[in-house]
Amino acid sequence: MKRFWPIATALRSPKGAVSGLWLALVVAGALLAGWLTPYDYDIQNLPGAYAKPDGAHWLGTDEFGRDLLTRILYGARISLSVSGVSIALSVFTGMVLGAAAGYLGGAFDRAVTVFVDLTWSFPEILVALILVAIIGPGLTGTMVAIGVAYLAQFTRLTRAQIMAIRSETYVEAARSLGASNAFILFRHLLPNALAPVLVAGMLATGDAIILEATLGFFGLGAQPPTPSWGAMMASGSALLFKAPWIILFPGLAVAITVVAINLFGDALIRALDIKTRLREA
Amino acid sequence: MVQYGLWLGNVLQGDLGTSIITRRPVSSMIAQVLPNSLTLGGLALLLSSVGGIILGVTASAYRDRWPDQIIMGGVLLGSTLPAFWLGLLLILAFAVQLGWFPVSGARSWESAVLPVLTIGLGGIALVTRVTRVAMIDVAGRDFVMLLHAKGLSPARIRLRHVLRHALIPVVTILALRIGWVLGGAVTVEYVFARPGLGSMLIKALAQHDYPVVQACLLMLAIAVMLGTLLGDILQALMDPRVRSAMG
Repeated sequence: MKRFWPIATALRSPKGAVSGLWLALVVAGALLAGWLTPYDYDIQNLPGAYAKPDGAHWLGTDEFGRDLLTRILYGARISLSVSGVSIALSVFTGMVLGAAAGYLGGAFDRAVTVFVDLTWSFPEILVALILVAIIGPGLTGTMVAIGVAYLAQFTRLTRAQIMAIRSETYVEAARSLGASNAFILFRHLLPNALAPVLVAGMLATGDAIILEATLGFFGLGAQPPTPSWGAMMASGSALLFKAPWIILFPGLAVAITVVAINLFGDALIRALDIKTRLREA
Repeated sequence: MVQYGLWLGNVLQGDLGTSIITRRPVSSMIAQVLPNSLTLGGLALLLSSVGGIILGVTASAYRDRWPDQIIMGGVLLGSTLPAFWLGLLLILAFAVQLGWFPVSGARSWESAVLPVLTIGLGGIALVTRVTRVAMIDVAGRDFVMLLHAKGLSPARIRLRHVLRHALIPVVTILALRIGWVLGGAVTVEYVFARPGLGSMLIKALAQHDYPVVQACLLMLAIAVMLGTLLGDILQALMDPRVRSAMG
């Protein structure tokens, strides 16, 4: 269990505890949405539309009379899984590319660096929009788009980590003992580069939630009636005068979750003591 | 590949093709909305640099005391709130409830206030963070200690000497993240229904109007590159070592 002590340390600071609690609540809400609420996310109830927040509907209802809290809970599933999956993809691909580039060097390194610099100079939202334009709207398009949008960041970070540790004495020792490239890479270099990349991945998940919500807001993410936080706000933006709570609460869900991820990430960085290593990249 | 060659050849002659939906030349559509986007982006950039530098200097002066903590708390919020949601909230507060500014459009200068504020708040957060770190970093160097020893007032040292050094990384970040401001402009234009590159891009994406999509992305890419170049030049001008090498 020694591996998990940084998370325990992070939870012990007040900021880490509060943000960790909120994240646990959101994940639990997303997983248990079906049991937590008596309403369905897609059954319309037109007479009950535009209900203000009250005892029956804690956060009110939307333009089709669907319970807003229910839709936010189900929306958490989409937001968390889409951003989680795309960042996981991005971290994995970025680590492979970055490690290979940093360790092998040469022409491969130059090719990777050109690609990384190219996407790095563009804002993530533009990269994502370009990809959605190519793949087409929907969940798959969103995941690939977000994954590629953040790829440069992880490739860069892993490459910098590998470059920094590949000339350490113990790596040289391993090589002189006859260890193969693959062995050195997987046994020595990657485990040492892992912590900063994973923390950066966690922080990027927060940005990815915003990006997912933005794409959803443009109508390019999950298609109706699937609830996603961004799509809910898109339908609410036309009803700003009539029912402001429709945009207020999904936005709050996004904002609080992203702030919580950032605070928890900060606590983790402090617990792992890797601040300087993150800044190097 | 041949198609791309043809397209590129046309683009170089100023012909961006014809929109599938509106049947108008894309270049004239772009020319119509470009001034709007440039004004929005320019004003937002100005607001984020001025606001961010002032806040960053203040925060670093009161390091770890309550003004610093309040500013940095605001920075965390400013950098994590989705831009489009912030825009909607501002509309709700200032346009719907108070009625100070128009909800959407780009007819008068008042209509630019809320969009600029929306993009600017995110930018202010970024610039504040960089300025604060750079100020604290520079304030720890030897020459600052010498200035203190000479008996200059702390405020004078901070504004005349430390800030001058601290601005160099700030300009770097601003130049690198100029695309980030443009990215913010894309979403914000859409929220405020302002005619501009961003709203045109989103609309064209929804309508599968690919010549327009291509042209908008090309314009944004050019803007990103020009911004980066401008930042490099500015940085070179600010650095006395580079300046003396040139003159």
